[in-house]
Amino acid sequence: MSASAVLEVEDLEVHYGLGRKRRRVLDGISLAVASGEAVGVIGETGSGKTTLARAVLGLVPFSRGRVVIDGQDVSNASARQWRDLRRRGVVQYVFQDSLRSLDPDLPVAKSLIEPLLIQGIPRAEAAARARAFLDRVHLDAELLDRLPGALSGGQRQRVAVARALVTEPKLIMLDEPVSALDSANRVLVLEILKGLRESGVALVFISHDLGSVAGLADRIAVLYQGELVEVGPTRSVINNPGHVYTRLLVDSVPTLRSAAAKRSERESLRALLHA
Amino acid sequence: MAFAASPAITDSPVAEAVLSVRDVHIRDQVTGREIVHGISFELEPGKVVGIVGESGSGKTLTCRAALGILPDQLEVYAGSITLAGHDIAELSVKQWTGLRGSTISAVFQDPSSYLNPSIQVGPQIAEVIRVKKKVRRREARDQVLQLLRSVRLRNPESVYSQYTYELSGGMLQRVLIAAAIAADPKVLIADEATTALDVIVQAEILDLLADLRERTGLALVVVAHDLAVVAQLCDEVLVIRQGEVVEHGTTADVLYRPRHEYTKLLISEHEQYGLDRFLDAPQRERA
Repeated sequence: MSASAVLEVEDLEVHYGLGRKRRRVLDGISLAVASGEAVGVIGETGSGKTTLARAVLGLVPFSRGRVVIDGQDVSNASARQWRDLRRRGVVQYVFQDSLRSLDPDLPVAKSLIEPLLIQGIPRAEAAARARAFLDRVHLDAELLDRLPGALSGGQRQRVAVARALVTEPKLIMLDEPVSALDSANRVLVLEILKGLRESGVALVFISHDLGSVAGLADRIAVLYQGELVEVGPTRSVINNPGHVYTRLLVDSVPTLRSAAAKRSERESLRALLHA
Repeated sequence: MAFAASPAITDSPVAEAVLSVRDVHIRDQVTGREIVHGISFELEPGKVVGIVGESGSGKTLTCRAALGILPDQLEVYAGSITLAGHDIAELSVKQWTGLRGSTISAVFQDPSSYLNPSIQVGPQIAEVIRVKKKVRRREARDQVLQLLRSVRLRNPESVYSQYTYELSGGMLQRVLIAAAIAADPKVLIADEATTALDVIVQAEILDLLADLRERTGLALVVVAHDLAVVAQLCDEVLVIRQGEVVEHGTTADVLYRPRHEYTKLLISEHEQYGLDRFLDAPQRERA
């Protein structure tokens, strides 16, 4: 695996349930994400995409495989090791529902400054950095005193992004980061995320909608029924999909210039996939 | 002579609109605030009009006005809506009951909330048919199975006797579409009907709507927040923002010659982040 890989997932397998109800949710997942790279993990409801994100973040135990973050094998990391890793701010996350990635009882300023204080950065410097990051997501410093509940959805998601950025992480996992936003805010957040790639951070987008994140992703990984059926550069996955599921997925994404010409093609792909 | 040889052309007068929405303004009677500031479109048989806008833009209210189901507090206070020749402002409750389902019908975003969870789905549609078409139980059941087949549910007999919780979102939306077209309406409103569905299932439902339109001449109003969804099957598109129609034209005009900033934003989002910029030109046309 390349030396610059920030995230390495090898042969990951996750099960849910016990005894007869035990079932495999993820199977043989291998994926490496390099620094400065953006990878979109695309899957439909129940494909296991959120489980993959949670497993990488150490929130779900896995039954087989290995996860290496920034050179450190976290597969068997203790709670304490995970805490250290999170404290160093190496890996961060942004969820679809920003009320979940922000503490509802912490004013914006505290959410942004606290992780820096934990890292031992002096308060004055931490406060200055918080302001700088708020500015980077195009938010006014006057929002610093607000609670998350007193922000609009779009503002809140941008605060969640700023919070994820403030420790200058090497890896950010984003689970449906723009799905709940209106188009003006969606474009704003997507632009901010696009700008991040230059800073060298690795981004993993988890989304059900290939059409909403394709433009951000250098590579696309397609998750279907718990397996990665396709991984490749975005352009080639879209134009030359290898797996039947990916072909149907690409043909199903509504685009501005496509239209109904693909109806019969979709029809035959559906038959093929369900055969 | 060309004239004599092509009767099809001379014989095709402009079809009469089955739904006309003319400069409709909707306001809140209590606060006096106007929410929809004049929306107009004409829907002819077999045509598809799309309405695009954010949540809160007034697109759903416009649909509800056309269905005669505005919340109590709201009213259409200027403009008119004509449904199959009837000015809906003059319809009695009884007349409305006659028109709903058999002239105009609708499906919405969350299919499970429109069906009773404690009754099998088949009998719920059968009831619509028994009331609307005055047929016997057995005949109604046969018609439901036929409908479930026509919305391309793979196993109509088993779906008939299933409960809502046993069906996926896509299957439920098909059941709802089957119920909506049970009494052969002329207009079907699909209000964010595919929003909650996975992309592949969304395409299945959109294909089904296109198919119904071709097969039965059903006219559609497709409401969505995603311009690309609407572009899949609409002839004409309205872009609505904060109750104001900011763009109205043929789909091609709106997509290729947008005039309003907001429409341009919607298009540029797709061009930058959607699939359009990756798809190799010329478009694949293997279909």
